[in-house]
Amino acid sequence: MGGRDATMVLLDENGIRCDGRKIDEPRRIMIKAGGLKNADGSAYIEFGDNKILVGVFGPRDVHPKHMSNTDTGILRVRYHMEPFSVGERKRPAPSRREIEISKVIKEALEPAVMLEKFPRTAVDVFIEVLQADGGTRCAALTAASVALADAGIPMRDMVAAIASGKVADTIILDVNNEEDQAGQADMPVGYMPSLKKITLLQLDGVLTPEEYKKCVDVGVKGCEVVYELQKKALHDKYFGDRKD
Amino acid sequence: MTSVSVIDELKRAQILELLEQGKRVDGRTLDEPRKICIEINAIPKANGSARVYLGDTQVLCGVKIQPDKPFPDVGDKGMFMCTAELLPLSHPTVETGPPQAPVIELARVVDRGIRESHMVDVSDLVIEKDKSVVGVFADVVAIDYDGNLFDACSYAATAALLTSKTPTWEMVDDQPSVVEGADKPLPITTIPVSVTMGKIGNYIVVDPNGDEWDSMDSRITITTDSDGNIVALQKGGSDGFTQEEINQCGDLSIKVGAKIREQLKSSKQESQ
Repeated sequence: MGGRDATMVLLDENGIRCDGRKIDEPRRIMIKAGGLKNADGSAYIEFGDNKILVGVFGPRDVHPKHMSNTDTGILRVRYHMEPFSVGERKRPAPSRREIEISKVIKEALEPAVMLEKFPRTAVDVFIEVLQADGGTRCAALTAASVALADAGIPMRDMVAAIASGKVADTIILDVNNEEDQAGQADMPVGYMPSLKKITLLQLDGVLTPEEYKKCVDVGVKGCEVVYELQKKALHDKYFGDRKD
Repeated sequence: MTSVSVIDELKRAQILELLEQGKRVDGRTLDEPRKICIEINAIPKANGSARVYLGDTQVLCGVKIQPDKPFPDVGDKGMFMCTAELLPLSHPTVETGPPQAPVIELARVVDRGIRESHMVDVSDLVIEKDKSVVGVFADVVAIDYDGNLFDACSYAATAALLTSKTPTWEMVDDQPSVVEGADKPLPITTIPVSVTMGKIGNYIVVDPNGDEWDSMDSRITITTDSDGNIVALQKGGSDGFTQEEINQCGDLSIKVGAKIREQLKSSKQESQ
């Protein structure tokens, strides 16, 4: 993604990170429920400099038909980045990375959605990354949960997500792009706070067993903060003091 | 494979019933991996190779090492890449054609585990800075499937890399040229070991076999290095884990991984 600066200080002597945040401070998060006319549910999230739009359709007929399941509905997720969303133009066709992230997000959402209520149907989640700046899969998962709720699809809980990680031998919350590139570890965490279940977890980077446990803990606590913002976004749309 | 057959339902019920008594379908304990057989140098034309049996799962890895142009922004580092593929003869449901999401995930998780451990020291694989570097390609193919390809592929790639011999190149007329009789082992810094655990009901089992794999609710693959650090992790499947289970899986991956690492080490000694 470029912009790697060898002289950049990831964590200064006062515990301040390269973008001015404290070690346990997430970036600015703004979530808006709704916004798309045609989608059954939608959400828009700004997570630091990430800008991500999610549209949900369904439950609806499954095409091709052989993908349908007589016992349960199915969830289909497409995570896609726009060619202009990153430093150097990204080819528009889905990359192997995007296919893997689509699968990981799908499996993170499945425990939350009551698909068994809609046999033979599909719920489609379309995630479009308009601008990327590290941590897109967490921001996308967070917004997708809100969009599913906005679509009125029965859910057990919402999945909130944020990454924890390690820079300058310190466990931090919400890894940005620079920290991901130059840091020591990145651990995206997706968590259902009411059900206390981790549904997305990945890691790359070196952690001692103690750091590993701390990293999971910091991520889970971060998800609880994100969860409140998800609920607020839905509350603002459906119960807010709106003029229109 | 979206429909669940009656047989699958019965199989899961039986697996769960056994787990409640602390047993598994094939008689293993919950934290016991299947027998691992490693056959080094199965493909002598490759620079390194290994055939690995993990129970009835069988995979083959060949390592090819050749000069390559470096990536523009990292001219001072060689290249390492690991791929994984399911051959159509490995299972009746595998089709030819471009890889589907599960296979892409498999390949990326196997690659990530080895890459993030920094097993191959790529800074030691430079022929001439910014001009020519050494590329190490570990390609794994699944030959026979009985669950847990993640670990089988990882062990095969690791064993093949541990026993690979790389030629030495020097620049002649601006082109890399092989120095005869100067083959040497790859620069290896650590031995990564991947341990995959499945969650069936409320039970965590190490190295799920084919029947367990079809019956599990979710899975987690954790890779550790020789120092006992955790270097990569991937959760998969349609259910979640509690924080406590995630911690338990971390401990298990270190404990189980240490034994498997000894076996990978001894396969290296056998090859010498």
